[in-house]
Amino acid sequence: MRLDLAGVSAVIDARPIIDDVDVTAGPGEFVALVGPNGSGKSTLLRTVYRSLRPSGGVVRLDGQDLWRMRPRQAARHRAVLPQHNQVADGLSVAEVVATGRHSHKRPLDRENETDRAMVATSLERVGMGWAADRLMTTLSGGERQRVLLARALTQQAPLLVLDEPTNHLDVGSQLLLLELIRSLGLTLLAALHDLDQAAAYADRVVVLRDGRVAGQGPPLEVLTPAFIEEIFGVRAHVGPHPITGRPHIAVAPAR
Amino acid sequence: MTDTLTAPPRTRPAPSRRPHLISGPATGVLLAALAAGLVAALVVGISVGSVNLPLGQVWGVVWAHLSGRGAQADPLLGQVVWEIRTPRALLAALAGAGLSVAGVALQALVRNPLADPYVLGVSSAASLGAVLVPAIGSTMLAGTLGVTGAAFAAAMVSALLVYLLAQRAGRLLDSWLVLTGVAVGYLCTAATTFVQLQLNPNELQGMMFWLMGSVAGASWQDLGVPAVLIVVCMLWLALQARALNALLAGEEAAIAIGVPVATLRVGLLVAGSLLTATVVSVVGGIGFIGLMIPHMARFVVGADHRRVLPVSLLAGALFLVLVDLAARIADRPNELPVGIFTTGLGVPFFLWLLRRRARGGADAA
Repeated sequence: MRLDLAGVSAVIDARPIIDDVDVTAGPGEFVALVGPNGSGKSTLLRTVYRSLRPSGGVVRLDGQDLWRMRPRQAARHRAVLPQHNQVADGLSVAEVVATGRHSHKRPLDRENETDRAMVATSLERVGMGWAADRLMTTLSGGERQRVLLARALTQQAPLLVLDEPTNHLDVGSQLLLLELIRSLGLTLLAALHDLDQAAAYADRVVVLRDGRVAGQGPPLEVLTPAFIEEIFGVRAHVGPHPITGRPHIAVAPAR
Repeated sequence: MTDTLTAPPRTRPAPSRRPHLISGPATGVLLAALAAGLVAALVVGISVGSVNLPLGQVWGVVWAHLSGRGAQADPLLGQVVWEIRTPRALLAALAGAGLSVAGVALQALVRNPLADPYVLGVSSAASLGAVLVPAIGSTMLAGTLGVTGAAFAAAMVSALLVYLLAQRAGRLLDSWLVLTGVAVGYLCTAATTFVQLQLNPNELQGMMFWLMGSVAGASWQDLGVPAVLIVVCMLWLALQARALNALLAGEEAAIAIGVPVATLRVGLLVAGSLLTATVVSVVGGIGFIGLMIPHMARFVVGADHRRVLPVSLLAGALFLVLVDLAARIADRPNELPVGIFTTGLGVPFFLWLLRRRARGGADAA
């Protein structure tokens, strides 16, 4: 699945938030969206979730205009792990995951063996098979996030969009989630807060500033200490991670 | 695609308890039990009243009517059983079902557990419509609409007003819906109070009964519209059950899953206010049911709308038939307002269920 955002602009309350943004993600590629608060990361993602219609430009999935698809058709092409999730009181984990099958069902269809198997394998893939009969409210933040990832997997969409998926998670859960999404073989577009995580996990980063693309490319080419200082106003050190050897970014307050 | 995980997921012991008190095939048993209970309650509701009538004769009349020989029944007995008790018991069932289903729809719409059929100001507006009839004069309003029609019209106007005021850029906002509804409701209540002051005591007497809510005085003509609307709204909601479940996780999550959220929410508003306006215009403002019955259903079968909807429908109908029965026989031959019983019986049961659920620890987060 190839994602193309071409000249996308978006307006909220008559205020332009993103302006003429071009972003692409090739099949199986992990593209991380980074930038300061208010730079337009979430707004850009909303044009891909279809919760905010772009005021200009076009979002294409394998050449097809995402905003011209029917809602269920779009959901079969791209799944989302949104930033704002309400924990539904009174739904079990399996019931929450099963809602992801919506786009594959007609209103009168009952849940069949395929759906149940899809729910079970998705939960297994995120390591949450044991929790199928638990209530969502009994799970920890990291566990809930993995359940919502399982829900997205049941959509069987080749593109997964994630809005700061590691927010509010403990470090173990953060790394577990990142390893997990990278192992899925899907095209990934994720807004990430943590530059170090973006550098370590993404194939390419897109840096947003004031609603425009300030730079994009492989992490080590884009996220140079000078560029990080210019965008985020912090000092940065870029080098191999002492444990994993992956790209690693350490930051410190500006002098 | 690979399924390998570099970090092993932490695991917890398997749960010993099902997530819901009742799930799977047991839900079917529960629905059958509720349906049987409803039929039994209707039978008792028709058999018992403020005057004692022999059971054999009561059911003789019902049987005569059901088999098309109603005209042969004893006129006075027939009047009491077929024209008063039977429509009354049926109206109680319809009103209870309608308010409960409206509650499910509106709680899903505003995603707020405190939402009920009256949160959008629909009930207050219906009351205003009803008191306006004698105030303005029978010639203008009552001639064309009647009290019921005026109440219904006012309720729908207020729902439309709330809908128009609570959207921004074509999207309905949860918090605005609740706040706008409450504000419009207060406005209607104030207007109702003002109009009541202008009425003479006789007119006020009739209004009081209406404002407190009652299924007394039901006639067969009152049943048709609510029955049709409940069936239509219930079928539509049942078709949306999966989408409603998705909406529980939030608007963005539902959009991501492929739910046409904007259309769905307009549908929920229409269904919820149509049901509420219809019921309120016939039986007045009966509180509590639309708020509590859906919650009780969720405590027992979980939040999945495929189970909550039918359980709420049947439980709401059963509850109001029983409550109306209690209101009729508790202080015979006088009748007590049904609202005293909806809350008087419902609140203790609700609190018991709430505490039992907390103690069960099934979802002690």
